[in-house]
Amino acid sequence: MSTEVAHDDHHHGPPKGIGRWLFSTNHKDIGTMYLIFALVMLFLGGASAMMLRAELLYPGVQILDPDLYNNLLTNHALIMVFGMVMPAAAGMANWMIPLMIGAPDMALPRLNNLSFWLLPFAGTMLIISMIAPYIFGDTPVNTGWTLYPPLSVQAGIGMDFTIFTVHILGISSILASINIVTTIVNMRAPGMGYFNMPLFVWAWLLTGLLLIMVMPVLAGGVTMLLFDRHFGTAFFDAAGGGDPVLFQHLFWFFGHPEVYVLLLPSIGVLGLVVPTFSRKPLFAYKPLVYSMMLLTALGMVVWAHHQYTVGMSEAVTTYFMIGTILISIPVGYMLFSFIFTMWRGSMTFETPMLFAVAIVLMFSFAGVTGVMLAVVPADLQYHDTYFVVAHFHYALIPGAVFGLYAGVFYWLPKWTGHMYDEKLGKIFFWWTTISFNLTFFPQHFSGLAGMPRRIVDYSAIFMEFNFISSISAFAFGASHLLFLYIIIKTIKGGEKAGDMPWDGAQIGTPGLEWTVSSPPPFHTFEQPPAVIKQS
Amino acid sequence: MSSTGKDNYYVPEGSQWPIIAASGVFVLLFGFVLWVNGINVGTWMMVIAAFWMAWLFKGWFTDVIDENLTGKYNAQVDKSFRQGMFWFITSEVFFFATFFGCLYYLRTITLPYLGGEGYLATSNILWEGFQYSWPMAAIPDAGAGLGGKTFTVPKEAMGAGGLPLWNTIILLTSGATLTYAHWGLKKENNNQLVIGLVLTVVLGATFMVLQGVEYGHAYAEMDLTLNSGIYGSTFYMLTGFHGMHVTIGTIMLIAMTGRAMKKHFTSHNHFAFEGVAWYWHFVDVVWLGLYVFVYWL
Repeated sequence: MSTEVAHDDHHHGPPKGIGRWLFSTNHKDIGTMYLIFALVMLFLGGASAMMLRAELLYPGVQILDPDLYNNLLTNHALIMVFGMVMPAAAGMANWMIPLMIGAPDMALPRLNNLSFWLLPFAGTMLIISMIAPYIFGDTPVNTGWTLYPPLSVQAGIGMDFTIFTVHILGISSILASINIVTTIVNMRAPGMGYFNMPLFVWAWLLTGLLLIMVMPVLAGGVTMLLFDRHFGTAFFDAAGGGDPVLFQHLFWFFGHPEVYVLLLPSIGVLGLVVPTFSRKPLFAYKPLVYSMMLLTALGMVVWAHHQYTVGMSEAVTTYFMIGTILISIPVGYMLFSFIFTMWRGSMTFETPMLFAVAIVLMFSFAGVTGVMLAVVPADLQYHDTYFVVAHFHYALIPGAVFGLYAGVFYWLPKWTGHMYDEKLGKIFFWWTTISFNLTFFPQHFSGLAGMPRRIVDYSAIFMEFNFISSISAFAFGASHLLFLYIIIKTIKGGEKAGDMPWDGAQIGTPGLEWTVSSPPPFHTFEQPPAVIKQS
Repeated sequence: MSSTGKDNYYVPEGSQWPIIAASGVFVLLFGFVLWVNGINVGTWMMVIAAFWMAWLFKGWFTDVIDENLTGKYNAQVDKSFRQGMFWFITSEVFFFATFFGCLYYLRTITLPYLGGEGYLATSNILWEGFQYSWPMAAIPDAGAGLGGKTFTVPKEAMGAGGLPLWNTIILLTSGATLTYAHWGLKKENNNQLVIGLVLTVVLGATFMVLQGVEYGHAYAEMDLTLNSGIYGSTFYMLTGFHGMHVTIGTIMLIAMTGRAMKKHFTSHNHFAFEGVAWYWHFVDVVWLGLYVFVYWL
């Protein structure tokens, strides 16, 4: 398929001064703000991870008070999930989806600005939740990001701030998702059918739908937590007829689909990067879309595999086990789709492609350990050990974060008009990939040997594994300084990028983003472009 | 204005309202945290935030209405609003589904389990002799709530007759009067539109008053409070959030009545009215679920 596009852009620039950002209704500016926010949060969440690993360097309690350790653990997860991965993916959606489908902007531009500006306020409230307990002499929020009662009902004032952080983040995600779904359904250029959309757009359509369905459930759950804390209700209190396990069901009804919320945008990026650098159309595009739909649907109904050990009936655990193992079918399909796209392609290995290949390989590790954890009798052994920590870091760092890195390198030329430094990009890739693996691979072993997670101290028999993990984690953390340097260098200058910086990008189902200049003018596609299909 | 001509999709120039909304939400919730923790300044923050948010809603909607009346929105913009509202109501459906799901879970799994039935619990493990029933006639351990909380057993359960039945009739009637208003709009009969809307507002307000009377009765005479164990918790959570939505819906209907009196709506340009109508019917359907599962069964 080739596309021919006619468009007529008015060349007026952005408003001057800070108002451009505060009052913005421009999808590119809002996308940029999302990405910068995510980058700041990456360093904040990373700093808390570094402190955790510094504490775990040796057995015994050296630097962090146990409550502070648990507080940093909680914030590391909340910041990385809600503050980093989701805003980064939303920033890419903001930047790229209107360009890809030929829309003048997001469907609801003012709402778009609200979705973004809620985030810095949520981030501020999260930081207050860390500081407030010290002012009021309470214990810090020490529950982990899952906020399980009864601990979360008994915790101090910091928990109230955490609850409202989750509320503000939830409002932001729901509004952003409403906007993205509406944009994709209503704003496609004439002739751009659903199956002409780049895979990234499909991925975000499904992600948006998932968020609209599961975010309100988390909001409901933490609201009940708030009522249990302050208004005398008994939702999670067995003495009053309630049930702490109920909260676990509510949390994971949100929490498991959330994994796919983090994963799908990255799968969408892969769906563009792999064909571009293999110079072949995406293998089995339509079935790949169907498998993403299947993943979305199955992801909604398997949540309780996070709670095998709480005493559910055998029938229930068996159902959740079978459902969870079924998920490996669409996920396996996706990975094979990418492998077959590469098969006999004219492959080159620019930085985004290196990340893409690494994702296919390393996300499979997470898939394999995921199947192990899905099996009930095995999980009873692995539950709450470092094996689980290793599993979900393999799922979330290659699955979500590396996908975002691939997206950043793939689109930096489009966003800034400059090529990034390919040599530094490759150094960054090898540095992160090697240090990531050295950080988390040993945790499989310490976990299988029985090292429990979320505890500040550990038995001296796990010392070697933890020492390797910590040293590599510092290297992994430091690699992001190079990432920051590459981004700043690319923004400031570098080789000029053409409208289509990657020669393979027109293959398969390209979007309209390559028909505008790099960087694009402030307003694009004010008149809908006509997409003429030649099938 | 960034796009010229009516054929183009309207993209507004910068707007100050979103960041005002975000900061208002922040101050409101910050104040709420301080208030529930007994810090007085929180109350004032909430009051200020409430005025702030009222100003925000008025300002933002005034902008949108002005743009609409000056013909800046084409059919595609109208469609975006409709789809946005549809997905917003979808998220609300899942919000209420959460509380209904909790009710089913507690009634069919948790309480039988506490009463000694079920897969692992072959007898009362935690509280010997606790017999479960619904609505709850006994609380497992009224003095042993988390953090020193105590629970009180309600004297009687909320029945399905009386006020709840009247409220059901009132809400169903309000759905009918709103449809009557909609028919008026389609026929371009502005009088019928206004009359239908006023009747709906009156019925909505009556519902809220009766709900308030019912709550007062439950607190004063039945000992049915938020502290009444899981029965009171689910009762007030479900009916409370529904009541909140009726309140919001009624305020929106009042705004629509004002706009109808100013003759803002035509038979083919009235998204605001339809959006509010969808919301009201949604609130109506939620009530039917409440009536069946909270009051009746």
